[in-house]
Amino acid sequence: MTERVAATPGLYPLPDRAKETLSDLKGHQKGDLLSGDESEAIVAEYDEVRAEYVDDQLDAGLDLISEGQGRWDDMIAHPLTVSDAVETGGIVRYYDNNNFYRDPRVVDDLGASGDVAGELETAADLLADADGAGDASLAATLPGPYSLADLATDEHYGDEAGFQAAIAEFLAAEVEAFPAHETLFLLEPSLVTNPPAEGEEEFATEAIATVVDATDADVVVQTFYGALGEKLYAHLVDEAGADALGLDLVAGDRDDTVYNVQEFGSTDSLSLGLVDGQNTLVEAPETVAERVEWFEEQIPLEGFDRTYLTPNTELFYLPTNKYREKLNALAAAAEVLE
Amino acid sequence: MVRNPEANRDQFCPNDHPNEAFLLTTVVGSYPKPKWLNRADELVDDPDSKFDESDLEEAHDDACRLITHEHERAGLDTVVDGEMRRNEMVEFFADRIDGYEFNGPVKVWGHNYFDKPSVVEEVEYDEPWLVDEFEFTSNVAERPVKVPITGPYTLGFWAFNEAYPSTEELVYDLADLVNEEVEKLVEAGARYIQIDEPALATTPEDHAIVGEALERIVSGIDEEVRIGLHVCYGDYSRIYPEINDYPIDEFDVELCNGDFEQIPTFTDPELEPDLALGVVDAHTAEIEPVEAIKENIRQGLRVVPPEKLTISPDCGLKLLPREVAYGKTENMVTAVREVEAEIDSGEIDLANPLADD
Repeated sequence: MTERVAATPGLYPLPDRAKETLSDLKGHQKGDLLSGDESEAIVAEYDEVRAEYVDDQLDAGLDLISEGQGRWDDMIAHPLTVSDAVETGGIVRYYDNNNFYRDPRVVDDLGASGDVAGELETAADLLADADGAGDASLAATLPGPYSLADLATDEHYGDEAGFQAAIAEFLAAEVEAFPAHETLFLLEPSLVTNPPAEGEEEFATEAIATVVDATDADVVVQTFYGALGEKLYAHLVDEAGADALGLDLVAGDRDDTVYNVQEFGSTDSLSLGLVDGQNTLVEAPETVAERVEWFEEQIPLEGFDRTYLTPNTELFYLPTNKYREKLNALAAAAEVLE
Repeated sequence: MVRNPEANRDQFCPNDHPNEAFLLTTVVGSYPKPKWLNRADELVDDPDSKFDESDLEEAHDDACRLITHEHERAGLDTVVDGEMRRNEMVEFFADRIDGYEFNGPVKVWGHNYFDKPSVVEEVEYDEPWLVDEFEFTSNVAERPVKVPITGPYTLGFWAFNEAYPSTEELVYDLADLVNEEVEKLVEAGARYIQIDEPALATTPEDHAIVGEALERIVSGIDEEVRIGLHVCYGDYSRIYPEINDYPIDEFDVELCNGDFEQIPTFTDPELEPDLALGVVDAHTAEIEPVEAIKENIRQGLRVVPPEKLTISPDCGLKLLPREVAYGKTENMVTAVREVEAEIDSGEIDLANPLADD
């Protein structure tokens, strides 16, 4: 029987109190954003935020617990913006959103910083000490190499494929420093919004495979902001080495996604983006469950291991009260399906 | 189809206008709030303070009077109150429209947040949004008062849509409400309305939605009322020449910020509404000298003749220090009056406005 796992790829909104405290501690300007060597007071505030995120998820009853990525001022570009080999440029638009991040300009050989590993160590400790953690286990989150290369500016490596490969090696080195984690989410929205040119898909899938090979955990390659193109989908299933592809069933045409799975098969597990990370309307657990059933009914399930129940995007777009309700909806939907 | 700007422009020319040529001077809307007003806004929420809502209203009245007169002192032909009563351009209206609710701030970038509202049921018109503000300002002003209103496209797309099958449908319902508000403003005496649609700059492919919304907004509005549209920060070539079909009198653009590189966009085909050209940068704290602003005004003459040219700052000036905002406005008016005199004397060749005489 297919196992249903309620999880999120993280990037939660800061609690309102922390929004104020951190903007007072850090400031509002570009130069005030996180660089990885923050003061003790800022570290302490983020520790509180992280603890709150873990509690939120345990309260909701999620199966996988994310660190929440409260420190990621530049959203999924974060692992680069705290790197020594990167200079941050101007503020640029984050996909098709009213959100902005600092353009990471890679100017030197990339090396792992251990920044994300440090966050995960703390989250793992919180989880180990938590009452009522039950079977919940740790999920790590990173940008996928294709999207991270797409969001960055290369001023060092020279060609596109080489840059993707370098970013992949960099992310793999970050992963090797991670504490034990059950699942790794690699966020790859750029595969939808700015897919590789025909014939160049393998650079993207090879880059992803490099990161996948760096961990024993299950790897979910989470795509979003719509459906994947069919050729790229087929390449990802066959070549990326992921345990699960994450598919957006909220934005764009979900029939295209169903068609891709029917036509080209799928990874052993699938992650479904079921609740809208960009709308405050909270889906009823039954609605989420129906979406899972609607999807599973249309695809051959033989040999299918897991369905991850997730939001279609990160959750930082939402006000905090609605983010918590979305966590609850996912966990409750997994129970409805049991 | 473009409205009839010729039918409503002359009413804004002051009786004592010194030149034959008349370039209408105006502002986009927002202006730095006096520091004490920000303090007053905070004080009213302090439970330990005796400062109450009626005190705050008095403070708002005082600030509106002050900034309206500051605009008049700068010499503007049409004035606003600097939006002293407004907090944020979506929030202010969402607060007054039934159907919106607020859940808390969301991130824009870094630690900059925005209280993005949610539309949770059909939007409806409740109380007037701006009529009181307009009546107060026009009572204290000696010059005609312009009223900026956040447009329905921005009010729709800069909110979470929980209630409508598509945000486009929400936009059209909001446009009907804006139309109701414009009718009430006109009844109260308003003759110059500006619709602000910054959201269009980020999604120019939606220009047809904005066009349909404008049709609804101006429905039944007499041609003696001047309707402007302000769109800031964007690649205007992606909405041009489509905006020539919009039912507006004036199109207000931010081009100073980009050093007028986009001016040629508006020359082919010919711009049909009047051009309201930004000639001072709203995001630099240096006051442009009069001579530099005069050069910028000449850029506008490449697009339209003087009788179709309106001059304004690029955008609202609220983020600038107040003395800088005033300095820019004052220099802008001085530059306009000098350019008018040079047009009268033939010093500026309208066929080749950038040429030195």
